[in-house]
Amino acid sequence: MTTHAPGAVAAPPQSARMENWSRAFYRFRQSWLSVIGLALVIILIVLAIIAPYIVPHPDQVRGATDTAMRFRPPSAEAWFGTNALGQDMFSLVLVGSRVSLLSGLAVVAIAIVVGSVIGAVAGYFGGWIDEILMRFTDLLLTIPSLILAMAVAAALGTGVGHMIAAIAITWWPVYARLVRGEVISKKEEQFVVAARALGAGWVRLLCRHILPNIVSPVVVKASLDVGFAILTVASLGFVGIGVKPPTPEWGTLLSNARSYMPQYWWTAVAPGTAIFIAVLAFNLLGDGLRDVLDPKARR
Amino acid sequence: MMTFILRRVLLIIPILIGLTLLLFVISRMLPGDPVGLAAGPNATPALIAQLRKDFNLDQPLPIQYWTYLAGLIHGDWGMSIFTRRPVFTDILSYLPATLELVIAAFLIAVVVGIPLGLLTAVYRNGVLDYLTRTVALGGIAMPRFFLGLLLQLAFAAWLDILPLSGRFPLIESPPDTVTGFYTIDALIAGDWHTFGIALAHLALPAITLALSPLATIMRMMRASTIEVLQQDYVMTERALGLSSRLILFKYVLKNAMTSTLTVIGLYVSWLLGGTVLVETVFDWPGLGLYATQAILTQDFMPVIGVTLVIAIIYLFTMLIVDLLYGVFNPKVRYA
Amino acid sequence: MPLLEIRDLNLAMKSYEGETHILHGINLTIERGEIWGMVGETGSGKSLTGLSVSRLIPTPPGRYLAGSIRFDGHDVLTASDAEMRALRGRHIGMIFQDPTTNLNPVFRVGTQLLDVAMHAGHADPSVLGVAAGASSRVFKRAAREKAVEMLDKVGIPNAAARIDDYPHQFSGGMRQRVLIAMAMIGKPDLLIADEPTTALDVSVQAQILRLIHDLVAERNIGVLLITHNLGVVAQICTHVAVMYRGRILESGPVRDVLKHPSHVYTKALLNSVPTAHSKRGELRGLGGILPESFA
Repeated sequence: MTTHAPGAVAAPPQSARMENWSRAFYRFRQSWLSVIGLALVIILIVLAIIAPYIVPHPDQVRGATDTAMRFRPPSAEAWFGTNALGQDMFSLVLVGSRVSLLSGLAVVAIAIVVGSVIGAVAGYFGGWIDEILMRFTDLLLTIPSLILAMAVAAALGTGVGHMIAAIAITWWPVYARLVRGEVISKKEEQFVVAARALGAGWVRLLCRHILPNIVSPVVVKASLDVGFAILTVASLGFVGIGVKPPTPEWGTLLSNARSYMPQYWWTAVAPGTAIFIAVLAFNLLGDGLRDVLDPKARR
Repeated sequence: MMTFILRRVLLIIPILIGLTLLLFVISRMLPGDPVGLAAGPNATPALIAQLRKDFNLDQPLPIQYWTYLAGLIHGDWGMSIFTRRPVFTDILSYLPATLELVIAAFLIAVVVGIPLGLLTAVYRNGVLDYLTRTVALGGIAMPRFFLGLLLQLAFAAWLDILPLSGRFPLIESPPDTVTGFYTIDALIAGDWHTFGIALAHLALPAITLALSPLATIMRMMRASTIEVLQQDYVMTERALGLSSRLILFKYVLKNAMTSTLTVIGLYVSWLLGGTVLVETVFDWPGLGLYATQAILTQDFMPVIGVTLVIAIIYLFTMLIVDLLYGVFNPKVRYA
Repeated sequence: MPLLEIRDLNLAMKSYEGETHILHGINLTIERGEIWGMVGETGSGKSLTGLSVSRLIPTPPGRYLAGSIRFDGHDVLTASDAEMRALRGRHIGMIFQDPTTNLNPVFRVGTQLLDVAMHAGHADPSVLGVAAGASSRVFKRAAREKAVEMLDKVGIPNAAARIDDYPHQFSGGMRQRVLIAMAMIGKPDLLIADEPTTALDVSVQAQILRLIHDLVAERNIGVLLITHNLGVVAQICTHVAVMYRGRILESGPVRDVLKHPSHVYTKALLNSVPTAHSKRGELRGLGGILPESFA
């Protein structure tokens, strides 16, 4: 009986981790919804960054009005129509993306950093540090996040920074729990025990060994969260908290448009659809990343 | 099992105390002067000082907290600086409206979402599947306030088949209060006309609130069902001749419910907090509107009160969810 | 009429790589009272043959290219879904390899037994011992009695109380007995057992095999016992078929095949079984790897 060796293909020299990522990326490309999500997200972010420079009516974005042009329906000159003050909705919505979109990203970024630090410390040291930190985290989790964010933002006063801080305060607990769980499970794995035996201190253990291995679930959760962060930012704007005019923000634009329903529907549909598309894009991207990175979410 | 329930209920108390402390500290730490706002722009310093005294704001913080805590237990949840009424009374009057809305939304999400999830898992890649998955994707991304607006535009403004806003029209009289839920009270009184009106007003806000949880529940159910369908015991059930309908709706359903339960539990908090937005759009006189107005006037007693109420509801719901885990999965029973 | 007659069965399965011809011209005849062992390595097609008898292979991705399966005269491959459902549980009983994953963990053992019993009872009330037009309450009661009786017969102590327990409250061997009870409660004529003892330890294995043997003796059923373990075959089978890569290489009465194997593969299989007299380090395996599509 002979053993036949399967035909061997020369594998390109790549580190194991790089190979993992490239394989993951290949799987990501398979789902066209995810690719659309990624493309949309990139477009949106680029638009948000360059918005003030490409907008047709930059002065209106800063508060200039044009009452002669009030309430024009969407047309060639004003793609999204004009609002009560004659301002071009397209310009407003486009610049509004800066606040809504970039704030959403900022919120998640801050939440990740704060949550990871707290969660990693709690998970790594365990004991009473863990107890105290987690009791505090759980306490925050019982408060409905929207109300807490609204209350803090309102009290801090207007301004994008205050709004971001307020929302981030309600966002970090979930990341703390997630990171803590992951750290606890990774803490006992062989490679950590080995590193500890070689004399690594806890900072090095955490930063160099444990944290890089829990990037996946955090990235998955973050990408799914940005959409909801954007929604929360817009929600605050809708209720009247956060930024004040003339700074355009999708939520405030929508709220202002309410009084002019239903005849001047474009004043609401424009910012509303913008929110929808932004959240959808990040959700598609998040779903795609999760399908690829999360070992439990196999099809 | 009784000890488990008892233990959990008792645990709620220190959590709530911790919560009040946290909220109290936050509210006192934040900048803002509710008294100044309430007194108005023409207030004299003497008036402001008097108001401050009335609301106990001149005492040192720990004493304020202690008075507040003691009051809580006795049903005195502080005064709303804005409405000049006890917070407790305010909350009691607004609570039923919010509960009715949240429960209606919850029912819609569960009754529609779970079967849809089951069916789309079985008839994968069929028309129903693609349709519902698209709607689900959109549903999660759609902001509640925008959806509410769109529904108002479509059903109230253009089609004119449902009322625009409010809980009940001024020209009609609401049913006698038994539960505080207009729909149920109307049914209890046998008054179909009033029931119809209440239901019509409840429809749009409930649907608006329900869409996102419905979408997520459906997706979760679909994913769990797909996983369950691949299990060995399903093959055994089929091999011994059990009908597909029996296997799906009796066995697979129960197996797949566990992960969906988690999702449902998580969404309760979202539903309760989200009433703020939906109530604003539809002028629904509930806790959300009350809290929003309090926040905008930096009136913190009502905010703390509403938050406490929501937290209590949330904690009890979590307890029920944990118990339900035991129903759906005997291995985790707390016997 | 033979209980089961498989003639020239050819099955192909579609996968990412394309369609692969898995079963090549399987011929097998089982009469009542016979215990047929079907041996072969993993991936030889034994399980697929067993599943085909009850038409449990979804088509797509499966496709029967040729051949027929006749159970008690009924053509299985062309029967309607309703006809197949009537056969399963009532005339054909099946048990699978892993008793832990084959019982639904969130339902009581009794519930699952009862459902199978009710299914068989509706097809043929005499199975439960009730009259045809009996009320559902009578049916349920009779089904429950039968279930307790069956549990007792397969050797579960204190059956009347245990029937309301959950699967995780039973040991592995007990669970396999429960599964056998489920497979036999409909008084089937044919029992297909796919590796029934592979997941159990040796002492329990012997008990399960004895149970199957007793059932055959008592009810004169036919058994198709799929296994990779020649020891099991030698213990209770009356006949054996040796499978390799989708083909039956050799079949016949157990004594003949095992004592006087005619095919090279059979000889090699027998040779690879270590005996008490094997010298240390002397393990004879079969060279070669089965191609990917079968594994």
